[in-house]
This record gives sequence, structure tokens and C-alpha cells, in this order.
Amino acid sequence: MAKTKVLERKPLTFAEKTFIPQIASGLATTFSNIFKKSVTLQYPEERPVIPENYRGIPTLVKDPKGRVKCVSCQLCEFVCPPKAIRIKPSEIDSDENPDRAHIEKEPSAFDINMLRCIYCGLCQEVCPEEAIFLQDEFSLSGYSREEMVYGKDKLLELGGTLPDSHYKWDKKKEAEDQPFAHH
Amino acid sequence: MDYLSLLMPVVYALLMISVFMTLCAYTVLAERKVCSYIQGRVGPNRARIPIIGHIPIIGNILTRLGLFHPAADGLKFLFKEEITPGHVRLSYYYLAPIVALVPALTTMAVLPFGRYFDANGVVQPLILANVDIGILFILAVSSLGVYGIVLAGWASNSKYPFLGAVRSTAQMISYELAMGLSILPVFLWSAAPGSDYGLSLFGVVQSQQNLWLILWQPGSALIFLVALFAETNRLPFDMAESETDLVGGFHTEYGAFKFGMFFIAEYAHIIMGSAIFVILFLGGWHFLPGIADPWPSGILGIMMSTVWFLFKVFAMIFFFIWMRWSMPRFRYDQVMHLGWKILLPLAIANFIFYIFVISIFDKLTL
Repeated sequence: MAKTKVLERKPLTFAEKTFIPQIASGLATTFSNIFKKSVTLQYPEERPVIPENYRGIPTLVKDPKGRVKCVSCQLCEFVCPPKAIRIKPSEIDSDENPDRAHIEKEPSAFDINMLRCIYCGLCQEVCPEEAIFLQDEFSLSGYSREEMVYGKDKLLELGGTLPDSHYKWDKKKEAEDQPFAHH
Repeated sequence: MDYLSLLMPVVYALLMISVFMTLCAYTVLAERKVCSYIQGRVGPNRARIPIIGHIPIIGNILTRLGLFHPAADGLKFLFKEEITPGHVRLSYYYLAPIVALVPALTTMAVLPFGRYFDANGVVQPLILANVDIGILFILAVSSLGVYGIVLAGWASNSKYPFLGAVRSTAQMISYELAMGLSILPVFLWSAAPGSDYGLSLFGVVQSQQNLWLILWQPGSALIFLVALFAETNRLPFDMAESETDLVGGFHTEYGAFKFGMFFIAEYAHIIMGSAIFVILFLGGWHFLPGIADPWPSGILGIMMSTVWFLFKVFAMIFFFIWMRWSMPRFRYDQVMHLGWKILLPLAIANFIFYIFVISIFDKLTL
């Protein structure tokens, strides 16, 4: 067992007992603070600098070719701790989008209830398609609960387009089109 | 002519009340601004009155200084819903804010705030009622303010206001003694044999023409200042409110304009306290210790003496605010300990010391 050493606390000197030097030094501290620059941000006009990797609200992103990346695998829906995400998967119409037919699914509805969302970022972490990101938006408001459930269009609009270095499904399609495809 | 002499005091009184209330409002603003500067914030800077606030550069400066906020605060209190909780004792509940505010406003009747020379060239104070028991009147009436707090705490019929009120009463009683004893040496000095001022505040100011009392009675000044902080319920003696342990203190159950009245009363007490400290210890409207007043004669001199007095009062108000945002609150038992075991004996010792000093001085000079 470690030895504890009891430190003797020095008795207060007479000056300390009167509090007066302490009060004076406190007053000096606060007075010098008056002339320092204020740290206030005039919020609605001035916005704080949002660092990278900030976890704002979750948003859906498109790839640089303007395609929705989500394939409605519903992993985010399952992992979401407060169950804020609701996805309705549907098939991609192979007649309308012949070049995307091999992806098979896309969400026809993708709702995130922003009142439930806890900004944990597990959806972003779990997403195999890099389709959902917590971005820099942090101040939400609405007049009703219904309004605070953000639908697919709104989420895509908030998400915008992020660069994509993989083009995973394009590669898959190329591989499929090759003879002796392994996929 | 006879009507005029009846009317003028009323006009003066109304004028003084309006000036005093404006001062109260702007003291609240000063408190908010100074505390925000001390804490590295910018403080209230949004309220803008349409026409004045939109004058190009000046309007922006005024807005940033928050000078329109007192009006916004006052209107807010007026237009809020008047809520009366169901469990209160009604008549006392409504009486309490009035009882709190009236003494705070009454004391200013005997407050000299400047001086002029009358037709015979004799110095006269600018004052509503030149009574020769000024300080007695102020001590008596200002401590009535605690009745407002007690009534509010009791009428609210709820535990936190009650605790706040009880604490405040005990504190008032404890510090009243030290306060009274600490200013006795002041009047021993100012009402010297041969002077005809008695207990009037004007006499105290006149006796400080050459030497401010704080310079040669620093003990009395310190004890009086500490007691003053306690009497005005300011931090570090914030027992009546102590937001952290008593929710809001004695006015927890009050809202809207009734709360506003308590609020105004609190700041009125601060202004009165500052003014009394300036009169008793900081030489009132006298320029600087040892220097003759540079005020010219005539109306300009009257105004300059008043402005100089007000400047000192504002400095004291700033000190009150500054203190509040520098100090933590005392624990309740520490307040009692300080009041009874330290300040009271100190005040008595101080009194006896100055009795000897002044009587020896009088023996030597007379």
C-alpha cells in the first residue's frame, strides 16, 4: 500500500483572516478582465468555425455523378440507438435506370426523426456505402413534430455531394460485364 | 404666490423621483453590462428604439451599449401576465412589493445632492427636506425595507421565500448595530462643539471640506461599507435571494410588475447606500481632499457640484457591482459570525478609539 503523506495545512495569517488582501486581489483580477476582449460570438450573424469531423445532423449524400448512394440496406436503421431512422426500401426500376439496375435497391422513403436523433454518428460509421454523413448543420427548428421528421428529399438537399474515390457500383458493373465474371 | 410655494415642493419631489427611477433603471443596465465585461461577454446589445436607434452611427453605438434595454425591461415587467399563486395570503402578498419600494424612495427626501449660495452668501444644500436628523431618518426608514422582504416571504406561504425572508431579517438586525456604531465617530467629528449641524447630512459634508472622512476614519468607513453591503442585501451578503440554495429567495412567488417593484427597490437601496457612503466618507460634492472646490459661483457651480457628487455616487455603484461579480456568497453562519463576533466588537472599539482621539483633539484646539 502506498504511503499517504498528510500535508500540514498552514494556519491562516492575520492578513488572510481578515479576507481583505484576498478580496483586493480578487477585485484586481475582475477589474483587469473588464479590459480584455470579449469572447462572445454574435451568434445569428456570426457563425462558429465548424471543425472537420463535426457531428451535426445526419444527411444523405450523392456521389459526384448526382446519384443517390444509399442502397437501403437498413444497417443504419438497425444500429440507430434511439430508432430515429425509418427506411422504406424499394427496387430500382431496371427499365428506367438500366445502368443502375444491378444495385437492386434504393430507398423510396428515408425519414430521420431529428427530435429523436442523438447525433451519435453510428449510422455514418456503419454505412457500407458511405451514403450517410453527419455534417456541419447543427441548428434545427420547426413548428411541429411532423416538421422535424426530415424526409429523403430534405436529407439529400442538406447532404449535397461529397467526393467519391471508389465508384464501387461502377466497378462492379464493369466487372460483371467482363467475361468470366466472379461476381 | 402662496399656491406656488405649496406646489414647488411637489414638483421638486416628482422631478427627483423620476430622476431617481431612471437612475435605478440604468443601474440595472450597468449591472448587466459590468458583469458581462467582467465575464468576457458583451452584455445586452440588441434592444433598439425605432427612430433614435436608426440614426446612422449614433444609433448603433447606443444599441451596442444597451441603452435602450432599461425601457425594454420596464415594459416587459408591465406587460407580463400578472400571476397570483393560489396559496398566498392575498392582501400581504400585494402589500409586500409596496412596502419594499416605499422606504427606498422615501429616504431620498433627506439626501443632499449639491449646494448653492443663498441671498446672504451662506452655503445651503440642494435637498428636498433639510432636516437636522438626516442620518437618523435614513437609518430608521431604510431598515423598514426589510419589512417588504419579510412580508413577501411570509405572504408567499412557501418555504424558500420564507427562508430567504428569515435569513434577511436576521442579517439586517445583526448588521444594523455595527452600522449605527460605525457612523457615530463621523458625527462626533462633524457635529463638533460650536457647529450647528447636529445629525444633518449636510453638516457631515461641510465638515469634509478639507479632509474626507475615509482618510482619517478608515476603520469606520470599512465597517460601514461592510454593513452597507449587508443592509442592501448585495453579494457577498446575498442571504435574502441566494439563488443557488433558495431558488429565487423572498420573491420566488412574485412575477411581472410585483417582481419589478422588488427589483427596483433593490437597486434603489444600492443607489441610496452609495449616496450615503459618498456623503459620509467621500466628501459629498467637495472636489478632492485638500483642494478647494473649483466650482464657479452661480448656476454653473451648483450644477458642477451636483455632477461631481453624482460622479462619486456612480463610482460607488460601480464598486457595488464590481464587488458582486468578484466575490462568492458567505455561508449563513459566516454572515452571523462576521456580524456579531467581528464587526460589532470592531465597531465598538473603533467608536471608543475615536472618542479619545476627538476629545483630545478638541481639548488641544479649544
